[in-house]
Amino acid sequence: MPSAPESTPSADSPLPPEKTIAAWRILLRGAGAFLMLYIFCVWAAKGYHQGWSQNQVPVKQVDPITEIEFVTYEKRFVPGLDYLVGGLIAGTVIFSATFLGRRGPKTGRT
Amino acid sequence: MNPMLRTIAFAGFTIVSAVAAPKAYDFKDPKGVNAIQFTLDSVLEPIVGTASAVEGKVTFDPADVAASQGRIEVASASLKVPNDKMTEHLLGADWIDAGKHEDISFEFTKLESVKSIGDGKWSALAAGKFTLKGVSKEVLVPVTLSHLEGAYGKRVNKPELGGDLLVVRGVFTLLRSDFGIQPGKNEDKVAPAIQLTFALVGGAPKA
Repeated sequence: MPSAPESTPSADSPLPPEKTIAAWRILLRGAGAFLMLYIFCVWAAKGYHQGWSQNQVPVKQVDPITEIEFVTYEKRFVPGLDYLVGGLIAGTVIFSATFLGRRGPKTGRT
Repeated sequence: MNPMLRTIAFAGFTIVSAVAAPKAYDFKDPKGVNAIQFTLDSVLEPIVGTASAVEGKVTFDPADVAASQGRIEVASASLKVPNDKMTEHLLGADWIDAGKHEDISFEFTKLESVKSIGDGKWSALAAGKFTLKGVSKEVLVPVTLSHLEGAYGKRVNKPELGGDLLVVRGVFTLLRSDFGIQPGKNEDKVAPAIQLTFALVGGAPKA
């Protein structure tokens, strides 16, 4: 994606140019930060599960006559640390991408 | 011998034999409670799953517990962990290879070191052959047995059926390398030992 032209100092300008950020960088930075926050909130809201993500959650039950404890599975998603770490990495990559290929402010001719 | 006495003796022998004869307990539980739980230590947390399609028969006589014998089978494809992707890997050719080896079984021919641990309860060592992924090994499995007399009908909400239940519980550990499951591989990620925990109920309806 070609970067939008950033403001450069005019040759005749006596003052150094004000730093500005291209709109796509701001958008991507926001998206990265939002993704990280969203992933963290989902992980936290679904129980801070510190193991692997689960698609089916084991539920323990007891047979009243034999007193055997057995497991049934409930179909629901519980995000684990793999989900959290994956999401945070994806968010960080998106956020960091906005710093790539960024030109520093050009100095005016003397 | 007097024919009358002979008839009475025969009838008596038949009754005593019928009462004392070992009963066959069917471990295909109609309530679906039977399962074997497996645990493998892993990087993030222990991987805990169940194998639920349990079948088999055990002959058991409370008067001669040591003579018990039987075979329990579990369908490999019924192995499940809470993460679908992990279940897929587990059933794949590198691990259990459920497509090729359909059953996991334990066949025992006797119980050793039988001790009574309560009314209708015994502890013992089941000596037999454990087969996993096509590899069979002789193993000794510590078990406890509970004989619940007359509980079969009550459990299926038909008390008039009568019959008995046999509950077998135990925990034992296997090395996956002994059964050709990723021998020597990924041991830093998934422990080489697999702990199997089971609590199974078999029913013998009144004949």
